[in-house]
Amino acid sequence: MAVRPIGAEIELTRPSAVTGRASLSTVVTRFARKKPLGALGGVLMVIMALTAVFADVLDTYDPIATDAAATLAAPGPDHWLGTDHLGRDIYSRIVHGARVSLIVGIASTLLGSVLGGVIGLLSGYTGGKVDLISQRLLDILQGLPLLVLALVMSASLGPSVQNVIIAISIPIIPRASRVIRASVLAIREMQFVEAARALGTAHLRIAFRHVLPNTVGPFIVLMTAQLGSAILVEAALSFLGLGVPEPYPSWGRMLSVSAAEYAQKAPHLVLFPGLAISLAVFGSNLFGDALRDTLDPRLRGA
Amino acid sequence: MKTYIAQRLFVAGLTLFGMSVVIFALLRLAPGDIVDVLFSAAGYVDPSERQLILEELGLDEPVWKQYVTWIAQIFTGDLGKSYRYDLPAWEIIKPLIPVTVELAILATIVSVLLGVPAGVMSAVRQDTGFDYALRVVSLAGLSMPSFWLGMVIILTLVAWLGWIPPLTYVSPRENFWLHSVQFLLPALAVGYRSSALIMRITRSAMLEVLREDYIRTAWAKGQAGRAVVWRHALKNAILPVVTVIGIEFAFLIGGLVVTETVFNLPGVARFLVEAILWRDYPIVQNLVMIIAIVVIFTNLIVDLLYGVLDPRVRYGG
Repeated sequence: MAVRPIGAEIELTRPSAVTGRASLSTVVTRFARKKPLGALGGVLMVIMALTAVFADVLDTYDPIATDAAATLAAPGPDHWLGTDHLGRDIYSRIVHGARVSLIVGIASTLLGSVLGGVIGLLSGYTGGKVDLISQRLLDILQGLPLLVLALVMSASLGPSVQNVIIAISIPIIPRASRVIRASVLAIREMQFVEAARALGTAHLRIAFRHVLPNTVGPFIVLMTAQLGSAILVEAALSFLGLGVPEPYPSWGRMLSVSAAEYAQKAPHLVLFPGLAISLAVFGSNLFGDALRDTLDPRLRGA
Repeated sequence: MKTYIAQRLFVAGLTLFGMSVVIFALLRLAPGDIVDVLFSAAGYVDPSERQLILEELGLDEPVWKQYVTWIAQIFTGDLGKSYRYDLPAWEIIKPLIPVTVELAILATIVSVLLGVPAGVMSAVRQDTGFDYALRVVSLAGLSMPSFWLGMVIILTLVAWLGWIPPLTYVSPRENFWLHSVQFLLPALAVGYRSSALIMRITRSAMLEVLREDYIRTAWAKGQAGRAVVWRHALKNAILPVVTVIGIEFAFLIGGLVVTETVFNLPGVARFLVEAILWRDYPIVQNLVMIIAIVVIFTNLIVDLLYGVLDPRVRYGG
């Protein structure tokens, strides 16, 4: 059909096509050489992902098994990072906590970014009143601090992993929609979109098939930027007791239950889970920054 | 200018209205009510007793009517009664506000004092080891949960100085020094995080400005390096920074929710968490509205400051 050649044309105008199809390893090496800090972030993220996937292999104890004989043990050969007030092994809990943090972080980022992205795409593409109204509606969500909104959300939904994911994803929607809308506004005016319109392609098809693929760069940048903050919000919610419920070992929860009371006697209770959170977020921030510089030159250095 | 402010106020009003609907709906969606929480220890509630409590609190009314009552109350300046304490909500909230405001202002000051100079120095020495080090330090600030940083600060003080920060609120009249320390520590923990964002924006704005012609002219005239950077360049780079400080204010209040809990400070944010756990609707919905009003008006004031800081910005009308 008439749409085909248009599609071929777009392939050429897509930024990824311009750089040519380099093999994955070449791309990775080039990225690592140009952005050493970003590569470090990538390594941290890979380590975290591997930890989450192989948590059952890496742990030394059952993360929820209590041991009355070994409460608040200091880090040592038996318990690498010590134990908490119930004698649970901190190292094993951190390893399994990676799973919870990563699942909640990725799922909520994905959910919020996709919902926000679709709203941003449709509102930016349609323009006019739809755009105005949807942006004002999103302003409502953005008028509140992210954590406050997530707090009210998760309290009203009740504690469960699924609800925490929803609670964290909602505040991401307006942010995602802003970013995607901005790039859609620019793409909408490009010639290939005009050409598709002239050929009588349906609006929805133009929006999803022709405009959407061109927002992939900003979308990926957005996702890596939000992942870090989603992990932080999860930690804060769990710390306040409104996040991932027991018995799941969550980094934020590990800081809340034991840390406040036993911190003086056993500082390792506070130190290690917090380090895990910080390293994970640090990794995604480093990686996200480098990715933004590479994929979105307009924001370079911002 | 007047029409612009009027427009902005109108939009702000609409946003607040929408927010009131969202918050109200969210809280009614919540499973369980105050009765469940009150009797959760007993495990059993007498149905007639439950009905009595619900009637007394106005919870037996249709939801839309409860909403109208709430909005009407707000307009008459009555914030309702706390379910939990059986006291007017305003009486409970009022003493909490200065604590949070003091914290927020201190944290903002910390973040600006750290962030702006760091951003300027990092821009001036772009791509040197110094620049990289500063950027990593600031990114680390963005990566640490501020409540954890607060805990680590307390632990370090205990371990190194053997000094335990006061566990309860100390008023400035009681002991000014202790009060200052008590507030400076959380302000540092929260401000460090905010300073990271401010540093990044300052750096990129400075990088742009430093490449402009008038800066080259200033150098060419033989002006001292310091004057060029801090007087000529920073003046023009400060606009985006001011915006971020405004936006950052919302994040800051979010950060305070957890930090006030860690440092045991009786502020609005910590109280909000308690009220949410207790399903104390009047407190939660009014506190959230107050936070929203503060955030929206901070942003409005920041936008208006634009005109003052940059004479080129003129608002239509």
